[in-house]
Amino acid sequence: MKAFTEVQSKAIAIAVDDIDTDQIIPARFLKTIDKLGLGKSLFADWRYREDGSETPDFVLNKESMSGRSILVAGNNFGCGSSREHAPWALWAWGFRVIISTSFADIFRNNALKNGLLLVEVSESIHKALLTGDSSDTDAVLRVNLEEQTLSIGDNNTISFEIDAFSKKCLLEGLDQLSYLLSFQESIEKYESERPGS
Amino acid sequence: MSNTPKTLFDKVWQSHIVVQEDSCPAVFYIDLHLIHEVTSPQAFAGLKARGLPVRRKSRTVATMDHVIPTLSGKLAVIDANAQKMLDALEQNCREHDIVLFAAGSGREGIVHVIGPELGLTQPGMTIVCGDSHTATHGAFGAFAFGIGTSEVEHVLATQCLLQEKPKTLEVVFEGMPGPGVTAKDIILALCAQIGIGGATGHVIEYRGRVIDAMSMDERMTICNMSIEVGARAGMIAPDETTFAYLKGRESSPAGNAWDKAVADWELLKSDAGAEFDKRVVLDLSSLAPMLTYGTNPGMGMQVDGKIPNPDDSDTASEKYAIGKALDYMGLEAGQAILGQPIDVVFIGSCTNSRMQDLRDAASILKGAKVHPTTRTLIVPGSAAVKAEAERTGLDKIFIDAGAEWRNPGCSMCIAMNGDALEPGQYAMSTSNRNFEGRQGKGGRTFLASPLMAAAAAIRGCVTDVRELIENPVSGQESAPASDTDRETRR
Ligand code: SF4
Repeated sequence: MKAFTEVQSKAIAIAVDDIDTDQIIPARFLKTIDKLGLGKSLFADWRYREDGSETPDFVLNKESMSGRSILVAGNNFGCGSSREHAPWALWAWGFRVIISTSFADIFRNNALKNGLLLVEVSESIHKALLTGDSSDTDAVLRVNLEEQTLSIGDNNTISFEIDAFSKKCLLEGLDQLSYLLSFQESIEKYESERPGS
Repeated sequence: MSNTPKTLFDKVWQSHIVVQEDSCPAVFYIDLHLIHEVTSPQAFAGLKARGLPVRRKSRTVATMDHVIPTLSGKLAVIDANAQKMLDALEQNCREHDIVLFAAGSGREGIVHVIGPELGLTQPGMTIVCGDSHTATHGAFGAFAFGIGTSEVEHVLATQCLLQEKPKTLEVVFEGMPGPGVTAKDIILALCAQIGIGGATGHVIEYRGRVIDAMSMDERMTICNMSIEVGARAGMIAPDETTFAYLKGRESSPAGNAWDKAVADWELLKSDAGAEFDKRVVLDLSSLAPMLTYGTNPGMGMQVDGKIPNPDDSDTASEKYAIGKALDYMGLEAGQAILGQPIDVVFIGSCTNSRMQDLRDAASILKGAKVHPTTRTLIVPGSAAVKAEAERTGLDKIFIDAGAEWRNPGCSMCIAMNGDALEPGQYAMSTSNRNFEGRQGKGGRTFLASPLMAAAAAIRGCVTDVRELIENPVSGQESAPASDTDRETRR
């Protein structure tokens, strides 16, 4: 996993609550034994018409949005299926940070393991980020994980919460499996002390 | 310290901590890891890249369910990509010597149906699977939850996961529902009450007289949909019903080990005075059969109610969400939902594909005919369920009624195997998700119980199943209004 560095970008806003992982990437695109190449399937049913052409007014299809790496989404983002294809697709499209008021549990776990930072903000900040024409948020956002700050434009900086372990994983690009493997001995001991192992 | 009353969840949690360091998640031991073809290939690839073995193959069990075809005859897999996933699973299981219940083995089925059926699922266990409906196994007093593919790799390699301790939520059901109101209606009512993010970060324990009275099949329906309120898991304390279900199953303990196991399992309940972080009470005494009208499982209503009006919403975002959902569903605010035409009825999925579900459906379909414009698919959850249904003649009831009787699999719950809705079609489905496109691009889903689905199959439209239970009549004569209804509502 790549280490997370400061992200500076305009945001893309999708002001819909409860965006489920079936919307983030529909099940028919899960028929792959790879992690790669999923960016084109991100939000596929919102992004493409029946004939495969792009839906012109869907935000991701707008010229001005390309290259943006921060997504501001409605409450309870990532609910539903446990498919890790959702963070894979978000990452492949180019997102590095997702901002919402809340995230679903499994999605949160999956995102963290793929270097995607989830920033939880208060209702009022969330609203501010989504106001106006939600698909054309023009303020540049700056996310500094080390300091746990989110700056909106030049003079509005707020801080956000993140647990120490997740922060460390992201900043160091720490691979959780290596971390787990370092507990081999304890795991063996645990297993040997349990009946029926 | 040991005198502090503990919840059922606390007990299972504590007994599985391998290491707990300060300000780090626990290294948490997993007793049973279920895998399937969709979320495991990349995990095995990761393992291979590091040259790691599977740590405990005896605690790992595989099945094929998501993409396998459910039509009888030759197993024509839907496409080359699906075939690749099945091949990868077979290859990985062979390489790592993992038990695989492959399609056609006689023991295959939806992962959450076969775990309990084979006695693999047991009280007090920790169980994971790369699938969010792993919560199903909580019906046995296990702590069971869905994980992503990276975590599948972690468990394969270490038999452990990094876990933050979730909070606890006590859900208490009060009162007993009337006829025609099933476990599915109860869990849909909970989804409607607390919403799909209502239990995020929590493990639910379901309690109440109605839970005590439920069969294991019904308890599994309840726990299955815990994820639809965002819960990490759902649990029910094991009792005599649980033990009776497990006794004599293939992987259940036997002989002395059985008595010892039961003695341990009997301790798995929340102590009197144990504290939960949150509590929700739901009175079921006047609950009607439920169905969803919208595009997430929390958008539910009683069958005799009116479709909500977005303008009555408390918040702007709720107003937007309901408006958007009604738009997608092609439904009109304020109208009755009774009589809404149904093109496809799907009875199956890990929520409702067990024997009790099929018996429920058969009780309505017996001697009746499905409506000529309503395609009806009945997909048993496992090969064992299929065999038992055929042994007891349920298949004949379904086939005589004009329904399609299929082989086991996830089928139209997720529409990865070719069983899918056409754009615009309305389905009444016993599955667990009505998200946009879940059952096929552009498809529109009403979630309901097997009883409600069977009633819709006969009448071709949303029907209050209590009408069919109160006056059990056979055939289409029972629905004099439905044809005209369909015409005027189209
Ligand atoms: S039946 Fe549906 S919800 Fe259950 S495991 Fe299969 S796809 Fe998932």
